[in-house]
Amino acid sequence: MDLEIEEGELFGLLGPNGAGKTTLISVLATILPASRGTASICGHDARLEQHSVRQVIGVVFQDPSLDDELTGAENLDFHGRLYGLDGPTRRSRMDEVLSLVGLEDRRNDFVKTYSGGMRRRLEMARGLMHRPRVLFLDEPTLGLDPQTRRKIWNHVLSLKNSFGMTVILTTHYMDEADKLCSRIAIMDHGRIVAMDSPLGLKAQLGGDVIELEVPCLNSEFIDGLNNDEDVREVSVQDGRVLVSVERGESFIPRAFDIAQRLEIEISAVLMRKPNMEDVFIKLTGREIRDEGVKDSKERIRVYMWSKRR
Amino acid sequence: MNSAATIYTLWLREIRRFKRNKGRLIGSMALPALFLIALGSGFGSFFRYRNDVSYMAFIGPGIVGMSLLFSSMFGGMNVLWDKQFGFMKEILVAPVSRIAIVAGKTLGTVTTSMIRATVFLVALYAGGLVRFDTLGIFVLLVFMFLISASFVGLAIAFASRMSDPHGFQLIMNFIIMPVFFLSGSLFPLDGLPGWLNVITHLNPLTYGVDGLRFAMGGPYQYSPLLNFFVLVAFWTVTTLVGAVMFQKMSA
Repeated sequence: MDLEIEEGELFGLLGPNGAGKTTLISVLATILPASRGTASICGHDARLEQHSVRQVIGVVFQDPSLDDELTGAENLDFHGRLYGLDGPTRRSRMDEVLSLVGLEDRRNDFVKTYSGGMRRRLEMARGLMHRPRVLFLDEPTLGLDPQTRRKIWNHVLSLKNSFGMTVILTTHYMDEADKLCSRIAIMDHGRIVAMDSPLGLKAQLGGDVIELEVPCLNSEFIDGLNNDEDVREVSVQDGRVLVSVERGESFIPRAFDIAQRLEIEISAVLMRKPNMEDVFIKLTGREIRDEGVKDSKERIRVYMWSKRR
Repeated sequence: MNSAATIYTLWLREIRRFKRNKGRLIGSMALPALFLIALGSGFGSFFRYRNDVSYMAFIGPGIVGMSLLFSSMFGGMNVLWDKQFGFMKEILVAPVSRIAIVAGKTLGTVTTSMIRATVFLVALYAGGLVRFDTLGIFVLLVFMFLISASFVGLAIAFASRMSDPHGFQLIMNFIIMPVFFLSGSLFPLDGLPGWLNVITHLNPLTYGVDGLRFAMGGPYQYSPLLNFFVLVAFWTVTTLVGAVMFQKMSA
């Protein structure tokens, strides 16, 4: 793996579970030593100059990392102290980040009374509190409602712009990665399989994507589609047939011909340009959404665990 | 950031958690109180040590030692829970020295453990079971600190090595309980059968409780200086081992 991220970039890491995204972030954030090779952040080696690296980075971990038995404000206070912020700075930053994530009214409640989403927002606020030069976000918006997600992203973007902060994130939300990131690396099995701007990645696919809703799907129909010379790839996701073709408008009538021949009904058709998810599926052969669901269950399980403490 | 501030931050966390959790505070004091009252009253009628010491007065210092041992070990084992629930990552990724983290954690746990033990101390004093003067208080504080800090270090060493919180039960049954029962907290050290004599002499808590007993005007066995040096040696070893293990730990 050879990866260079520019200062001020918003860099996205996408990949199925187990692809090595969290491991990569752990190495960069000095939590795990690299088994081979070197990583450096702002010119500091992640293994040899841990202390210097830690001073310039902020991390929002994928797994919960709050102290349940302290209040929200106390968690932030602890963080501010560890990062050497003085009293007035701590207080003003605390107000700032709490209002950002909409937790001002819960600041003095114990974290154990927070919902999963609220914990996530608090962790996000904490990661921003010391204004790191490089911010690592491992699935930062997983399980958050769309409004909070948008609010957090807007703030990350404005911080990035005003402080030249570099942001490295992993996410399951393809559309988010597409919209926000200046560059995206798609990882699989510990390797980077593609790296480009979102536009560049989508342009690799080119052509059109046709989505067909077929209530009584069978393999003959799929074979029929595959035999069409304009078709590049056919895949089935959630009962929909996704067909990647060169010219969508001329392919659609042929798809209906195939269906008619096999006496199969197509109940809906959609033609669109390829999106990030199509790129992802093409490169990794997997759909990310199912794993996102599994992930959030995992988090809930950990939260339930922590309540039993 | 300087180490003093890190130590204070970690110390403050322990104190905040301690102040909040009344349930755990009461829970942690219930067992030593039960031992004191049940055993003290139960055996009291037919136990008279050296003709003039009642059983409750005899085990008083032992109960203070028990309280210190349990709360220090539990406090140090919290490292394991911090790992389990992810908070350790937040600490380990911060630009602070790990030695300062261990020191702050230790001092915080020692503080809360000594507060709990002091509650017993005051109760014993009020009940007329122990007596001490100003110098005695100073000696008491020294021994309480040494006992507590030693076992916090030991617990941090174990907790840093372990990854599974179920291991806590093992520590409870194979370290904490035997150390307490085989320490002379509950019975006099003279006239023990050979095997028990050997074990109690290898147990650092024996010397801690004997030191407490000396400071509380009880029937002590060894020279207070011997007790002091044994504990200092034990404290040095557990602190070093705890610090090294913690340094090696990955979250």
